[in-house]
Amino acid sequence: MTTPTEIPEGPSKVELAPGVGGGGEIPSFDITLKVRRYDPEVSDEARWDEFKLTMYGTDRVLDALHKVKWEHDGSVSFRRSCAHGVCGSDAMRINGRNRLACKTLLKDLDTDKPILVEPIKGLPVEKDLIVDMEPFFQSYREIMPFLINSGHEPTRERLQSAEDRERFDDTTKCILCAACTSSCPVFWTDGQYFGPAAIVNAHRFIFDSRDDAGDMRLEILNDKEGVWRCRTTFNCTEACPRGIQVTKAIAEVKQAVLNRKI
Amino acid sequence: MQVHKYDVVIVGAGGAGMRAAIESGQRARTAVLTKLYPTRSHTGAAQGGMCAALANVEEDNWEWHTFDTVKGGDYLVDQDAAEVMAKEAIDAVLDLEKMGLPFNRTPEGKIDQRRFGGHTRDHGKSPVRRACYAADRTGHMILQTLYQNCVKHNVEFYNEYYVLDLLLVEEDATRADGTPYKQKRVAGVVSYDLASGEIHVFQAKSVVFASGGVGKVFKTTSNAHTLTGDGMGIAFRRGLPLEDMEFFQFHPTGLAGLGILLSEAARGEGAILRNSEGERFMERYAPTIKDLAPRDIVARSMANEVREGRGCGPNKDYVLLDLTHLEPAHIDAKLPDITEFARTYLGVEPYTEPVPVFPTAHYAMGGIPTNIKAEVLQDNDTVVPGLYAAGEVACVSVHGSNRLGTNSLLDINVFGKRAGIAAAEYAKSADFVEVPESADRFTIDLVEGVRAANGTERVAQLRKELQDTMDANVQVFRTEETLNETLNVIASLRERYKNISVQDKGRRFNLDLLEAVELGFLLDMAQVMTVAALHRQESRGGHFREDFPDRDDVNFMKHSMAYKDETAETEHVAGIRLETKPVVFTRYEPMVRKY
Repeated sequence: MTTPTEIPEGPSKVELAPGVGGGGEIPSFDITLKVRRYDPEVSDEARWDEFKLTMYGTDRVLDALHKVKWEHDGSVSFRRSCAHGVCGSDAMRINGRNRLACKTLLKDLDTDKPILVEPIKGLPVEKDLIVDMEPFFQSYREIMPFLINSGHEPTRERLQSAEDRERFDDTTKCILCAACTSSCPVFWTDGQYFGPAAIVNAHRFIFDSRDDAGDMRLEILNDKEGVWRCRTTFNCTEACPRGIQVTKAIAEVKQAVLNRKI
Repeated sequence: MQVHKYDVVIVGAGGAGMRAAIESGQRARTAVLTKLYPTRSHTGAAQGGMCAALANVEEDNWEWHTFDTVKGGDYLVDQDAAEVMAKEAIDAVLDLEKMGLPFNRTPEGKIDQRRFGGHTRDHGKSPVRRACYAADRTGHMILQTLYQNCVKHNVEFYNEYYVLDLLLVEEDATRADGTPYKQKRVAGVVSYDLASGEIHVFQAKSVVFASGGVGKVFKTTSNAHTLTGDGMGIAFRRGLPLEDMEFFQFHPTGLAGLGILLSEAARGEGAILRNSEGERFMERYAPTIKDLAPRDIVARSMANEVREGRGCGPNKDYVLLDLTHLEPAHIDAKLPDITEFARTYLGVEPYTEPVPVFPTAHYAMGGIPTNIKAEVLQDNDTVVPGLYAAGEVACVSVHGSNRLGTNSLLDINVFGKRAGIAAAEYAKSADFVEVPESADRFTIDLVEGVRAANGTERVAQLRKELQDTMDANVQVFRTEETLNETLNVIASLRERYKNISVQDKGRRFNLDLLEAVELGFLLDMAQVMTVAALHRQESRGGHFREDFPDRDDVNFMKHSMAYKDETAETEHVAGIRLETKPVVFTRYEPMVRKY
């Protein structure tokens, strides 16, 4: 048993700086939101709908979409759930970049110009901002995204050093939002490519010291639709709302494939 | 009518549903129906940890954990259930580790553990390190790990299938004492396929409800938009009781004005709450464990500071969570996500500035009553064969009147597993119950009624008014007056709900229609919660009545059981019958709850 490291005890009373915690009136501003609309029940043609909205300094793109849906046009359709960047439902193209609508503050965008919101690219559009996620999850399932350990199962937990745990920490953060995969130019032109998210999730197990199936995953990713399709454009890394170093993870998997062959 | 046939159907794909599916899927033909994609479920938003007396870093045992859970719930906990949970917690954590969950590790490579509110050594002597964790994304890791293992075991998912009805049949039966009664049996569920707008009937020998909570009755909440009490609402509409719905947890540290959760792990790692005078006010309210007192006490203390004029900010309407005395490296290692939330959403740098926080509606302690086998009760003495519930939708009751931090992640794993095994085992020996004729009628009427609605009221407006009144009147402090006012508002909103319009008339991904249906559940559940809160003339755990500030064990040491009953009236609300159910005691006598 280890002696718990001491947690510093904060003082009972402190002097607070004036204005601490921010505050004051939240500024409001006007925006134009342009939403890409598509509903095959209505028309085969996609179109842009424009909405003029008054929004506030703490509002996100998701708040603007909700305002549209709740006050202007109930048929505008998009997925969302947690609304703070952990569930991965609301990845979309905002001003040409893949982001989560719930993590993108309006004030951080150029509100003098219309804000363009489109579905993520490379997956079939079902309606408005909703795409068919099935091809994305299919690639994910193919890399065997689960711990495989053929060894003797201990009665307690498997031991893992803090360093070994740290080795794959970055890729455990993935929320399967598809922002990376659908930002990848290779994926846009070749839907068969596994895509960054599947490789990230393979990385999460390949570099987990408890896992025994790294070779099998590397074999799968050595496929012609695997890691070698990556052209290192870094779109995925820029798109990741969780800050995962996606391109680095792919490079590490590439290196692992090569090392294995040697 | 499209009909599918499975041994086991699980409704919901969060932690409880997927934990059940892993067990059930290996034993019986199982389908999981979810209105989202599984990895979108709100288990993923849980942050701080999952308690189990592993004793990896200091002395601990499951009996202490049981005691803390019982005391934390202000003695309304069913003690047999709390014992099961605290005992099985250890295997629940080890199961997850073996499934691959990347827990933080001790220098020896064991699962690391940290402090959490209300979890103590030796019956309240001091905080204990009991919470197993993966940074401040433990729920994310649990959800991902369970989904990964569902993929491994080829669990069959029906994604974006919104379950709207539970098929029950009633048979004449006789109790041991000779009295006749109606025995309910489960035949399946009816769901609405969001992608196509089609209705699908799922016949099943066993049904597991694991559809989560109802936080969206409130405006300020840590809950996802999708947590609209559907499972509870379906059960209630079909004549099943709901237990202890007056008890709702307000998590102390929501980002001020937004409600986004900042984990209690922040205080577990040493953060401190301060008022406008810079004072660590929890020293006055809970002298022994201070900021790590249970959530009901901390939330009430914060609200009281604000009420007495010691709130911060231009409107003096929040307090501060101070992490500035902690090492930035320590914060980065243990609390990376929540500090990012503060930066992203409030523009506050937690290394150097305290973070504005205020209580946020977080967790329903009540729900569909079950016994410790996760079997759903149709009344105090009778289970519905083949029907199970686990997680936030259920009330077993391990949380009593106030849940301890981390015990929800534990609940979903322990009782999710139990429900999955029990559902599959039941299906092995049971026959299918014949699906009633026109089983889809109720659901078609519901959906088409909403689709055709062409009234003058907007769903979003009614929902906003509901959430505003719930925030104002049914939050941390409640009185007869505020609760009555809320019931009046709800009654008027229910009338106006009959006059809504839905703009989207299509079949494909009609989320306009979905939100209207969800609002129906929210209105039902808000009414039940408020009626039960009005009836309980005492203060206990998360339910604080300013007009009845003391706990009253003589009159109220019992669970409430709310039934939909057209012939009944409770607190002047027609259609609700309120009964009680005894609390199960095993080893702990109620004591005054001090920390």
